Amino acid sequence: MTREEIIRPENKVYGRPELLMPVHTHYCPGCSHGVVHKIIAELLQEMNVADKAVGVAPVGCAVFAYNYIDIDWIEAAHGRAPAVATAASRLNPDALVFTYQGDGDLSAIGTAETIHAANRGENIVIIFINNAIYGMTGGQMAPTTLLGMKTATTPYGRRADLNGYPLAISPILASLDGTCYVTRQAVHTPAAVRKAKAAIKKAFQNAMAKRGTSVVEIVATCNSGWKLTPAQSNDWMVENMFPKYPLGDLKNVEPQQ
Amino acid sequence: MAKVFGAVTIDADMCKGCNLCVVACPTDVLALQPQEVNDRGYHYAFPEKPDACIGCAACATVCPDACIEVYRVVDKNI
Ligand SMILES: Cc1ncc(C[n+]2csc(CCOP(=O)(O)OP(=O)(O)O)c2C)c(N)n1
Ligand code: SF4
Ligand code: SF4
Ligand code: SF4
Repeated sequence: MTREEIIRPENKVYGRPELLMPVHTHYCPGCSHGVVHKIIAELLQEMNVADKAVGVAPVGCAVFAYNYIDIDWIEAAHGRAPAVATAASRLNPDALVFTYQGDGDLSAIGTAETIHAANRGENIVIIFINNAIYGMTGGQMAPTTLLGMKTATTPYGRRADLNGYPLAISPILASLDGTCYVTRQAVHTPAAVRKAKAAIKKAFQNAMAKRGTSVVEIVATCNSGWKLTPAQSNDWMVENMFPKYPLGDLKNVEPQQ
Repeated sequence: MAKVFGAVTIDADMCKGCNLCVVACPTDVLALQPQEVNDRGYHYAFPEKPDACIGCAACATVCPDACIEVYRVVDKNI
């Protein structure tokens, strides 16, 4: 069979989702943000909810997310996305409201907004990209940075005595009564991408059914900040990030019949 | 026995040469251009051994820039 015979519309099994704007993203080559944007765009299309969706973009590398996925967006001040999402969801009860936040945004400057939105059980989805570093500003230490990990502000590695311990925020959110679903996923392999997509789908369904707050943490890479190639970053993540941030569901409250 | 034929197209202009698709492909179909670069200076990916493609979409699934399209044909008569 020739290439021309295979490459026909009826044989297409995978392509760029229509909701992704036809533009170059500003993300570094191989950045996890791109993969997560893609699965969000696929899901909003497949679930037929694009016209109901309101994304709340963070400050961080994903600050321009509103240029990449063709839905309604609000750009929040640094860390305030869950508070902005609270308003958007309460004023538009039929909307599917989600935040998209890095670890510097969500678990540093925005810790209070995150915890209180989850504790109130707002009907929103929090998509949390944990790359253990402040990517956008040049790779400084974040609360999530691992012990011993070298960053621009911990050039000899993070020290517990000087910098405190890595903060795992998802278990804290799982302990709150307002959350219905808290899960940790990754996007480094095809199987992981499919699982992460299923998790975000479940979170979107929870928000539409008003079951409370859903949190999908994506353990991610920042190859520029980590100073590794994209493929090396994935390996480094598996070896170093997964022991501290293990994948899987932390909480999954099945809906009452 | 059925045989699976696959093929991919890669948007060379969108590609950032991150190499993640190359690593993900189970049949070593893909490679980065050794010399050629696109308009933005990236050594973009291309199917170096297209005949080995089984249309599994592993490459496209992990691509952060959504530049890969995958086609698959299952021929039941082989
Ligand atoms: C009020 C305020 N404080 C600090 C900053 C500087 N700043 C911009 S992005 C960022 C952290 C981004 O890290 P993260 O949320 O982990 O996202 P990433 O870039 O890694 O995706 C900081 C501290 C800012 N823009 N506004
Ligand atoms: S700095 Fe890090 S998080 Fe930001 S785009 Fe580059 S790789 Fe991604
Ligand atoms: S579809 Fe599968 S076999 Fe074909 S190039 Fe992509 S990863 Fe390789
Ligand atoms: S994964 Fe995508 S962006 Fe990266 S080299 Fe392959 S086609 Fe290019």
